Amino acid sequence: MIKVENLTKKYAGQTAIRDLNFEVGQGEIMGFLGPNGAGKTTTMRILASFMPPTSGRASIAGFDIFEQSLQARAHLGYMPENVPLYNDMRVTEYLNYRAALKSIPHRRMSERVGDVKELCGLREVENKLIRALSKGFRQRVGLADALLHEPDLLILDEPTIGLDPNQIRQVRELIKNLGKQHTILLSTHILPEVEMTCSRVIIINKGRIEACDTPENLLGRIRTAGGVTLEARVGTDDAVAELKGITGVRDVSEADDNDWKILSLRVESGADVRPEVFRLARDRRWEVRELTARRATLEDVFVEITHSDEG
Amino acid sequence: MRKFYTLLSREVSSYFYSPIAYIVLVFFLFVSGADFYFQISFMNQRPVQYSVQEAFFNSVFFWFAFVLIFPLITMRLFAEEFKLGTIEPLMTAPVRDWQVVLAKFFGAVFFYLVLWVPTILYFLIFQYITGQTAAGSSGAYWGSYLMLLLLGMFYVSVGCFASVLTRNQIIAAVISFCAITMHFFSGLITFILTEVSSTTRQLLGYFSALEQMGTLSRGEIDTRPIVLYLSLTIVMLGLTYQAFQSRKWRL
Repeated sequence: MIKVENLTKKYAGQTAIRDLNFEVGQGEIMGFLGPNGAGKTTTMRILASFMPPTSGRASIAGFDIFEQSLQARAHLGYMPENVPLYNDMRVTEYLNYRAALKSIPHRRMSERVGDVKELCGLREVENKLIRALSKGFRQRVGLADALLHEPDLLILDEPTIGLDPNQIRQVRELIKNLGKQHTILLSTHILPEVEMTCSRVIIINKGRIEACDTPENLLGRIRTAGGVTLEARVGTDDAVAELKGITGVRDVSEADDNDWKILSLRVESGADVRPEVFRLARDRRWEVRELTARRATLEDVFVEITHSDEG
Repeated sequence: MRKFYTLLSREVSSYFYSPIAYIVLVFFLFVSGADFYFQISFMNQRPVQYSVQEAFFNSVFFWFAFVLIFPLITMRLFAEEFKLGTIEPLMTAPVRDWQVVLAKFFGAVFFYLVLWVPTILYFLIFQYITGQTAAGSSGAYWGSYLMLLLLGMFYVSVGCFASVLTRNQIIAAVISFCAITMHFFSGLITFILTEVSSTTRQLLGYFSALEQMGTLSRGEIDTRPIVLYLSLTIVMLGLTYQAFQSRKWRL
């Protein structure tokens, strides 16, 4: 659906993205992760043919984004960052205007506009001026606009930024449902969201792709593949040394909380050391108040990858 | 064509959504009304060699209002879209750049023409009350309004170009105001520099909107200003299109 080859973009001597190569297949939900200024928005703007790359090629649904820009745009629903909208229009009026721009036939227009309003929960604000809408509703108007012409591909730049937790949950559900019929490329800062919705993830940093894989594989790949936290009263025992003796434990760090010790264990990926830790605690008669396994999250992957050259 | 029509109707309606439209309308109605009133009261005091209609279209009042309205109606065209970022959803929809440029241009020209509608009423009312025609011939009306259309199109295209250069509406307004007044007053140099040679005066006269208006408002339809302003408008729109497209240049 999307094919990107050696995409490079330079702004006034600075390189925003460098030699990007990736593909997004039909029906995939691709997450696009990276710190601020990594080049996410630049990449998305190029794909939406808002601006051209300095070099390299990209195509959408087989149409080159530069040579056949109009056809490529017709296959694409794009929701820009911060969702700029005409404040002086009403919601239905705006959607009708966008529908006409996207060449939706007259006889289907009210049906399509009705459908997207239903889908994005805009019925209650359909006659409001856009300037009077809350951030959450503006976001939904942007999404409704992107969906109007039933595009094969959706590109969503930070679709959940600035929303409250309930709205985030709604938008996430919406995206999951949309993923059944559409190919989606979305960028976000909210990592649990990517884990829950995306089938594949690209991590981009300083204009380069650092990783591109399924969330599961990414989690398996990282060094801090998870860990175990033990909170216990260990008396005078050298808990760190004892815990290090357990096979599968790589490293232990400790912190004090009054007379409790908080011990964080880093373990090899795939190993579950909790029974061993429990047995040790029982044998040494440690008083335990917590024993939990910490699953590695994409956040760990993200931090590890984007900080690797600084640490 | 449907896309162009959609864009055009959005442009026209956006004028009437904003307070600027009404401010300009009221201001223009006031100045043109005052102009009409003073011209007639002046003509009541002594016999003159020209008609009411000629006086109306050639007075200082009239031109003062005229050069002021263009920055006001064109400054937001592109600058506002750049500022609000709405240019991004607009240009990522399947529309062509020239459709957007032309829609904005014709939207502004349409609004400009709306400004002139009430002035037709002045002449009708004059005729109704006095029982005399306001102009020497019907050709004089056509000539005056043709000149207004031509000059208006050119100045709107200058305003479009100024607006596409910046995301700040004030800067756009200042650029177009300077450009328009410079063009407009270059025609006045012929009055100031009485010493210059006749060729220079003649040359400047060709570009002088004042002189052209003088000719056309007498009902003499001259093709030279028609060709001049149409070609200048096309050049300015071409520049606007290029500047608008410049974000797509591979630098």
